[in-house]
Amino acid sequence: MAEVSLKGVKKSYGRVDVIKGVDIHINDGEFVVFVGPSGCGKSTLLRVIAGLEDITEGIIQIGGRVVNELQPKERGIAMVFQSYAIFPHMTVRENIAFGLTIAGASKQEKEQKVAEAARILQMEHLLDRRPSQLSGGQRQRVAIGRAITRKPSVFLFDEPLSNLDAALRMDMRMEIGRLRRQLGTTMIYVTHDQVEAMTLADRIVVLKDGQVMQIGAPMELYHEPANRFVAGFLGAPSMNFLNVDVLDLDGEAATVGNQSLEPIRVATRRRSFRKDGKAILGIRPQYLRAAQSGEGMLHGVVAHTERLGSETVVDLTLRDDHELIAAFDEDKIFEPGDALELTFDTALAHLFPEEGELQT
Amino acid sequence: MAFNPDNYGLRLFVRYLVLCLIALIFIFPLVFMINSSFKPDSQLLADTSSLRAFLPVGDISLNNYFGAFRRAPVGLFVLNSVLVTGATVLLSLLICSMAAFSFAFLRWKGRDVVLSIVIATLIIPFETIAIPLLLLVSKLPWIGLDGLHWGWLNTYRVQIIPWIADGLTIFLFVQYFKGLPGELIEASRVEGASWWQVYYRVVMPLSGPVLATAAILKFLVMYNQYLWPLIVVQQENYRPVMVGLGYFFQLNVAWGEVMAYLTLITVPVLIFYLFLQRAFIASIASTGVKG
Repeated sequence: MAEVSLKGVKKSYGRVDVIKGVDIHINDGEFVVFVGPSGCGKSTLLRVIAGLEDITEGIIQIGGRVVNELQPKERGIAMVFQSYAIFPHMTVRENIAFGLTIAGASKQEKEQKVAEAARILQMEHLLDRRPSQLSGGQRQRVAIGRAITRKPSVFLFDEPLSNLDAALRMDMRMEIGRLRRQLGTTMIYVTHDQVEAMTLADRIVVLKDGQVMQIGAPMELYHEPANRFVAGFLGAPSMNFLNVDVLDLDGEAATVGNQSLEPIRVATRRRSFRKDGKAILGIRPQYLRAAQSGEGMLHGVVAHTERLGSETVVDLTLRDDHELIAAFDEDKIFEPGDALELTFDTALAHLFPEEGELQT
Repeated sequence: MAFNPDNYGLRLFVRYLVLCLIALIFIFPLVFMINSSFKPDSQLLADTSSLRAFLPVGDISLNNYFGAFRRAPVGLFVLNSVLVTGATVLLSLLICSMAAFSFAFLRWKGRDVVLSIVIATLIIPFETIAIPLLLLVSKLPWIGLDGLHWGWLNTYRVQIIPWIADGLTIFLFVQYFKGLPGELIEASRVEGASWWQVYYRVVMPLSGPVLATAAILKFLVMYNQYLWPLIVVQQENYRPVMVGLGYFFQLNVAWGEVMAYLTLITVPVLIFYLFLQRAFIASIASTGVKG
């Protein structure tokens, strides 16, 4: 087990900067998820930690040791790839034992460790099969099995579930969670799926354009997003953003409103705003309630409804032609064209400065 | 369009008819050669004006074969060719695949330039380098069991070593290696494999089709060698089959014996081809390379 620490890590391909100075400290035994849209540099960051790519600048430490110049095999890591990367010409047993074979382990040791991995991943019956005879989930299990037999100090997962169908993804997600509790090893997991991030992580690192947007526990990021990008990225359906006018400022709150929103007071959370300026109000769809009167009334017309049984998602058009999504946690029936008035708890709303998503 | 079984059957018939005709065109020379090898010269020449040329009829015997063996050391020539070809094919697969591995997976300065030069050698005809190469090999040193020698002429090695590395084989391997999933290579690196281990534990076991293609193409080139052995080998001991054909074109040409000799030297090619046929067709289909 080991800590992983990145200090001022930069990576460029020619003139293109992919990672623009990243500082992250991952504690021993922690499960950290790198999440972000495609092209944000999350996979590159993982490959840099693995040693599959060199860095342009900065320091990478694993277990207190600078590993910048070390080969992947010298870093004490194991990696699970998106495509599983299991060797098609070897049986499951040979695949799992590959690292041990390379390391020159004895036959007895290999058998014992393969058996242990197979037991943990419940695939004893698959050991003599070839990868072509396995399903996607089973292949992923083999890849994980290969990773755990060497007892690495850090596990790296590169979008391991993105090739699986939805049902299997949930099973494997739970399995990875279970594995993590069982092994207690430091794990770094890359995904673009926020559900995986929210459910698996101790801490989430949200990345955008090669920069860290926010690091924190899942609920911390959900409830206290550092900026508009993080607020919009986590949560489904994603947060609504309304352009509002700042009508008044007093201490820790601002009074904001617009054509469709009656003036309300929202905490500024130490962000700076200008009186008579513009701001962006963020409201999660789940925090909107249908009501005739109350604080923060929004007036809209139903454009489209999605009934999911346990939840009803309504797409509204506001008076100023902006779209708004509301999610009600019960089965409700709305017809397109219905007028709908909504209210929300202003304590759960977020106010962001208009320009630049990076401002905090 | 509705499915019409009659139409389908007819189309299938026409397709097979065309395929059979094409197959016949390719097979005719072989059939002619084999049949003629059993006929005396007088009958052989008389038959060429009719379809009898392709049929085993008339005065059939093995006399031409006995004649061929009397005229030339056929066994020795075949053995020489098989030795030279076998050694070159094996060494070529090893050396060229290692070179291609370096081009495909390792990062080093000037790699792409060197690869372009290697590929560019494909356009240089052998005839243009034959004489410079002859001068070179005639002066090269060799350390054998009996000490240091100068000059490689009249040996097996002069027929083998210059043919081991070639642009086409390297190019075939590079293309195939680049098509292998990169994550397999990375996974083996993460698992602790050295580049050498990646080569022989992961890449080579997955390279069956390209090994077969490269082996067959190299086999054909080597087995058909004529010009090079003609100029570097003056002693009968090291002569390959194609040069041996010259023994049959002396003052009076015995066509029956020529055909018997040709039939005999075709046998190793057919055996080799049948052995690798399935892999060869599969890889030709996948790489789009024509032999």
